[in-house]
Amino acid sequence: MNAPREFLDFGPDAVLLAGLNGDNWRLADYVKRGGYEALAKILSAKVPPAAVVAEVKKSALRGRGGAGFPTGLKWSFMPQQYAGDKYVVCNSDEGEPGTFKDRDILRYNPHSLIEGMAIAAYAMGCARGYNYIHGEIWDVYERCEEAVAEAYAAGFLGKDILGSGFDFQLHNHHGFGAYICGEETALLESLEGKKGQPRFKPPFPASYGLYGRPTTINNTETFASVPWIVRHGGEWFLNLGRPNNGGTKIFSVSGDVERPGNYEVRLGTPFARLLEMAGGVRGGRRLKAVIPGGSSAPVLPAAIMMATDMDYDSIAKAGSMLGSGAVIVMDETRCMVKSLCRLSYFYYEESCGQCTPCREGTGWLWRMVDRIENGEGRQEDLDLLNSVSDNIMGRTICALGDAAAMPVKSFVKHFRDEFQHHIDHKRCVVAPYL
Amino acid sequence: MDAAVKLGIYVPHFCWHRKLSIAANCRMCLVQVEKAPKPLPACATPVADGMKVHTHSELAVSAQKGVMEFLLINHPLDCPICDQGGECQLQDLAVGYGASGSRYGEPKRVVFHKNLGPLVSAEEMTRCIHCTRCVRFGQEIAGVMELGMMGRGEHSEIVTFVGRTVDSELSGNMIDLCPVGALTSKPFRYAARTWELARRKSVSPHDALGSNLVVQVKGDRVMRVLPLDNEAVNECWISDKDRFSYEALGSDERLTAPRVKHNGEWREVDWPTALDVVARGLKDIAAKHGGNAIGVLASPHATLEELALVARLARGLGSESVDHRLRQSDFSDDGALAGVPWLGMPIAEVGAQDRVLVVGSFLRKDHPLIAARLRLAAKRGTQVSMLHAVDDDWLMPVAHKAIVAPSLVPATLAGIVVAAAKGAGRPAPPALAGVVPSPSAEAIAASLLSGSKRAVFLGNAAVQHADAARIRALAQALADIVGGTLGTLVESANAIGAALVDAQSGAGGLDAQAMLADPRKAYVLLHAEPEFDCANPVAARAALGKADLVVVMSPFAHGTSYADVLLPVAPFTETAGTFVNCEGRLQSFNGVVKPAGETRPAWKVLRVLGTLLDLEGFAFESVDDVRRALTPDAGAIAHRLSNATSMPVTAPAAHPAPLERVADVPIYFADPLVRRAASLQLTADAKPPRARVHRALLEKLGIADGAQVRIRQGRGEAVVAAMVDAAVPPGVVRLAAAHASTCGLEGLSGPVTVERA
Repeated sequence: MNAPREFLDFGPDAVLLAGLNGDNWRLADYVKRGGYEALAKILSAKVPPAAVVAEVKKSALRGRGGAGFPTGLKWSFMPQQYAGDKYVVCNSDEGEPGTFKDRDILRYNPHSLIEGMAIAAYAMGCARGYNYIHGEIWDVYERCEEAVAEAYAAGFLGKDILGSGFDFQLHNHHGFGAYICGEETALLESLEGKKGQPRFKPPFPASYGLYGRPTTINNTETFASVPWIVRHGGEWFLNLGRPNNGGTKIFSVSGDVERPGNYEVRLGTPFARLLEMAGGVRGGRRLKAVIPGGSSAPVLPAAIMMATDMDYDSIAKAGSMLGSGAVIVMDETRCMVKSLCRLSYFYYEESCGQCTPCREGTGWLWRMVDRIENGEGRQEDLDLLNSVSDNIMGRTICALGDAAAMPVKSFVKHFRDEFQHHIDHKRCVVAPYL
Repeated sequence: MDAAVKLGIYVPHFCWHRKLSIAANCRMCLVQVEKAPKPLPACATPVADGMKVHTHSELAVSAQKGVMEFLLINHPLDCPICDQGGECQLQDLAVGYGASGSRYGEPKRVVFHKNLGPLVSAEEMTRCIHCTRCVRFGQEIAGVMELGMMGRGEHSEIVTFVGRTVDSELSGNMIDLCPVGALTSKPFRYAARTWELARRKSVSPHDALGSNLVVQVKGDRVMRVLPLDNEAVNECWISDKDRFSYEALGSDERLTAPRVKHNGEWREVDWPTALDVVARGLKDIAAKHGGNAIGVLASPHATLEELALVARLARGLGSESVDHRLRQSDFSDDGALAGVPWLGMPIAEVGAQDRVLVVGSFLRKDHPLIAARLRLAAKRGTQVSMLHAVDDDWLMPVAHKAIVAPSLVPATLAGIVVAAAKGAGRPAPPALAGVVPSPSAEAIAASLLSGSKRAVFLGNAAVQHADAARIRALAQALADIVGGTLGTLVESANAIGAALVDAQSGAGGLDAQAMLADPRKAYVLLHAEPEFDCANPVAARAALGKADLVVVMSPFAHGTSYADVLLPVAPFTETAGTFVNCEGRLQSFNGVVKPAGETRPAWKVLRVLGTLLDLEGFAFESVDDVRRALTPDAGAIAHRLSNATSMPVTAPAAHPAPLERVADVPIYFADPLVRRAASLQLTADAKPPRARVHRALLEKLGIADGAQVRIRQGRGEAVVAAMVDAAVPPGVVRLAAAHASTCGLEGLSGPVTVERA
């Protein structure tokens, strides 16, 4: 369960992951680090829920799951006067290829999530919450179960928390490993015991969510940031990052670097610095390309990446997205056709099959890329890849269609010559390296 | 989408259907909405004030064309060999939105065929476009999810539960809903192309809903039956019985020429000979024994014109013994009814009730589309309660249930009356002074009192009950107390029509039961098969066997053991006629094909017979003449419909036998047509009846589940397999009627014994 110590270096600016050594995940350790102070503070001072939401708004915390939606704004969509049950749901179904930050939060600092969810529940008037954990990380689910049990025992969860009269029941739910269940409405369907298929929106979960009740769904890292914001104030959190890009962010750096791992840095840190923290490109090779925000984000060539800072707005300006914060580094030996082929296969396999463009289009894309990779590409394929991607993008029920199309478009755009080489020569441009 | 439909603007679509929930999965209806960053599905985008939508702009059409391309890449483009060819939504839309050539050069998907049962073919699931209309129909209308989508992405497939078939009595509607050739009609498969078929309107001759039909005909053959939209009656649905019963029309049992039994041998004769035999026979018997020696049993599935003429014929011969109420056993309130029992409201109002109590009904199978309306209402919050002898699964949320042996139904209903009176602060009928309501009766009464629109419906089992008159009086008292409507669900297509034209016993005549208990010298059977259609098949067979003359008027060679003359008369597809449905709606129809062989419409046969007998009032030139002369017009009908009874409420005497029978009339045994419809007979609903009993009974008798048992009822007995059924209360044996294996039993209810066979 415990990772080798050398991988528990989360960076000098770490907030969420600061001081974690792999063993100090328990409630007592968390409390020693100041944990549950934020919850106790708002409960004992009877801080109005709206004030908590306002503080989160001030922090400019944006959704860490991929979409980057302002968290405070999302919370304010919950109907305050609603009479029935409302739910708060944590999306720990971390399935985006390249992303492994939520896993480490749940592993090494599970109570930060529990406290964050309890605060969120207080702010939005929810009495029940669910933590939907990715199906392929069983030991993490077990750890969360232990942590939740500790929190109940200590009175941080359950009825009448800390004698404040506030009730909050939290349950962990272990998924089954389908990528699509990371889409928030598919997650809700799955949580309800149905097949995980995204719902058509509107209505959005804030009005029709879990069991048809108002529901807010946030990512693990988002919730885990909340106690810090409440403890130190929104201003402090905002100042860790940049305007509109508050706080620190955990980047899961993987691929061709010397030290792959999770690095928590201030938003706005230059990519070059992040790469340096990860030990630079493996074997001293040249950087070729980076997917800066998980496999759904458009790939960017090295030159653009090296001039970009790691925050939502800068990466968007560079032509990609910060997404979930999975930084996939590719060096000069990587074949971009083969890389895309693997990505396309992933989306083909993970499409839920509900709506037409994604069900039919992801298979088409993959088959074309696969042909090109295997020396059976046709000249018209490159334009067709673009055209099919355009027919998928923006035409589907959920964002999986876009996620499947964006890599294709960006790979073909930035590395068209490599694809052309495959078609013309029926072999790879990087073959000499292999 | 609704707005576009209202404005007459066509937006291409597949998954959207006005009667189903919004899925927004096909994406064919993408349209351009001003200020929206991307095209939006018309079906799932609510109209907002000031919204500007372009359904045919360049962006909208390019999105629609893009979706069409995706739908076609894995679709077999072999329309010429597809059964749906010519009536395929995908084919039609591909003409407008598809390209002439494909850009897709990869291998196509193949999806394995599935066995969904005898009615719906899923032989070509590769054609499926995953619109999930069939799935949503099952969940939302039929009330049971028998199909679902399994797998992800390109591997998504429409499947049944492992090893199961689609058994819903409404399953055929999935065929209509399927926009492609994935789900097709098994009986009709590859029988004809849609453009070869003539479409003729008709009306269903089965249940009392009177579903509107389109009968499709090739030459002189009925090839298939489809629903005709009528929001007030069947909406856009029909039951499988309405859809597939046409197969009986071509059955080997069709009678194609008149036959006369001569010295025990059947001979085919011409019509004049046959009618001469009938006329002379009837005249002789009337002369010798009086008119009442002639009994007429007419099916409530016969047309209004036929029923009017057969009643006139009987009365012309001096007989008042004519009846269509073949399965009824209590006629004691004949003089007390204010009118013809009916639904009590328009069909469309059934779903608008807040609180409903259904007394004695196998609702789903007896009235499939009334059940569907109640199902939708129940999902919207209507509380539907049930008083019945078995815990029949109606596939809808049932608010409260009282499940008691048949003989206890009146007492339980009396309990509901007493509880409702107490709840409403009104006096209960004095006769019910000693009645103590059961907890379930209290719950039902409380539910009925809580809504604003309330109805009490009497099902077929209530009307056929041995104590039916008392049940009706109690139900009326209950409806009065709770301020609701009393309705009768009505058993068959033209039962109301039959009553309206007096095809039922008058003063001095014998009713359907009496004329079998007290055998007549002669019987005329119009579309009736008494050993299946009468309450007491044993008495029916005995009486018919003893009669000097039995005239069978039927499309089928039937009753050859007791009949003396068989007259081939037209089924509903071969004659013009009229049915009056459960809401009193008069629906006339024309024949859609020529009569088979020497078959003649029964109204013509009766007209000639009347003339041969020198009776007054048979000089009709056409079916319209008959209709004009003998049947009430639509306006007059309304005044004659009433569920009111002047029978006083009396305290029910509960004498439960140790073991009582409750008999359902299974949906595919209920009338002569369905009994001969080959594919319907292969369904789960057409399995031979089993004696369904509580587990405790079999344990007590030491009989294994599934073992053969001998059931005795009255003078008769039957040997069938026993089956444990948790829905049957102790003390009750549920054993279906209208089947050869059970027509040795006397009566649809009453004491029975069970022993090891």
